[in-house]
Amino acid sequence: MTIQSTAQEVPVLELDPFSDEFLNDPYEAHEQMREAGPVFWLERYQLYGVARHAEVSQVLADHETYVSSRGVGISDFAKEKPWRPPSLLLEADPPHHTKARHVVSHIMTPKVLRGLKEGFQERADELVARVAAGKGTVDGVADLAEAYPLEIFPDFIGLPKDGRENLLPYGSMVFNTFGPRNSHFERAMERGATAQAWIMEQCQPGAPAPDGLGAKIHAAAAEAGYDEVDQAKLLRSFLSAGVDTTVHGIGNALQCLAENPEQFGYLREDPSLARAAFEETVRYSSPVQTFFRTTNKDAELSGMRIPEGSKVLMFLAAANRDPRQWENPARFDIRRKAAGHVGFGFGVHACLGQMLARLEGECFLTALARHVEKLEPAGEPVQQLNNTLRGLDSLPLRLTAA
Amino acid sequence: MPKITYILPDGLETVLDAEPGTSVMRTAVSNGVPGIVAECGGSAMCATCHVYVETEDTEGLPAVSDVEDEMLDCTASERCANSRLSCQLQVSEDITVRLPETQV
Repeated sequence: MTIQSTAQEVPVLELDPFSDEFLNDPYEAHEQMREAGPVFWLERYQLYGVARHAEVSQVLADHETYVSSRGVGISDFAKEKPWRPPSLLLEADPPHHTKARHVVSHIMTPKVLRGLKEGFQERADELVARVAAGKGTVDGVADLAEAYPLEIFPDFIGLPKDGRENLLPYGSMVFNTFGPRNSHFERAMERGATAQAWIMEQCQPGAPAPDGLGAKIHAAAAEAGYDEVDQAKLLRSFLSAGVDTTVHGIGNALQCLAENPEQFGYLREDPSLARAAFEETVRYSSPVQTFFRTTNKDAELSGMRIPEGSKVLMFLAAANRDPRQWENPARFDIRRKAAGHVGFGFGVHACLGQMLARLEGECFLTALARHVEKLEPAGEPVQQLNNTLRGLDSLPLRLTAA
Repeated sequence: MPKITYILPDGLETVLDAEPGTSVMRTAVSNGVPGIVAECGGSAMCATCHVYVETEDTEGLPAVSDVEDEMLDCTASERCANSRLSCQLQVSEDITVRLPETQV
């Protein structure tokens, strides 16, 4: 259909970016997509893709043409009913989106986050020192990457101690459902069903502790005129997107540092590189690999026509390793300037929690530099396959305490 | 091409040609000017591309939006009347900016 009607012929690719093979090791396919052209057509799913840094950035920036209100997964909300009520942030366009976003950005400012740093750092130091002192091998995912955000984040929001184990399966479900209805989608829905009930309960106004961020969001949303249903929905965004992503960011950082001992050496010598090391991890490993947009009018991108109503899949992870943008993109280098990556997106929909994620990453890696002398792989890491996220299920590590 | 003059905290000046329409932040970052961190890459979320605009005639500059205004309250160095986020400054004419002591 569309192929004949485009100004320039859009290259057609047969690959399946949601297959286990791709999700396990996407890098060769990323290269193939970047080389195919600035825009390509994914025959299997009948949609467009962009994998170069320039085009991914343009699609992210042009939120009027490439809208989010028709869903940021593979499904077009204009044609298909979403499985949950759409997010007021992620799955919305200006001006509605602008209003909702302001409620949150007003509360979670860089200044507020700076005030949290001391407490976050103390808890990271305590955790890493304790795990490092334990001797022998540890699971970098369960013992560190999951343990830290699961300690910090729910307290920050004001969630009860009981039931926090629901946060990870819920996040995993949300991110899996942006993809097609494959086995990951179906399994995530099964596993997430019980978690969903708990999450919805915690999102109700009055449920979170009165001194946490959750209650502040509810109050600010009420003040902005949102009813209780929408107040709950705004908090839901945090519980959906705030945990799995950070867990994967920290887990991937541990893997990168263990596999590149000279890089861990730089961090040990100068712990102030912690923030840069986390930034480089987000570029290099892209915990959020992809997002979709939908064209709400006929568009042209780098000379190629994309008709109205097309789904466009942005390969953020491929853009973050585009040699047109980065020198030695496949090299993990904590001393590079990684700013400008699209791992947190860009523009009006840029990740709202990115400064919180950076803070968690920085505190954790600072603690690692302080309390761990040697960080070595102690077995094969197991990749956790998800339609959107890239992270680990387990990461055997041998730690030597400093 | 419009020229951007960056005055570093130590008084050193760097003058760069800017592609019309690009921001003061982007021009600095792609040319390796120190002192502009721009962690969020230009989404007005991190307040680490803070500059003081020294050019007197600021009529050609885009107005400060609500979001930028709020972010300017979060800068690590003191906010002054001429404080701006350089990611929000698209350049069409020559401009001079002074960099703050610190961004984080």
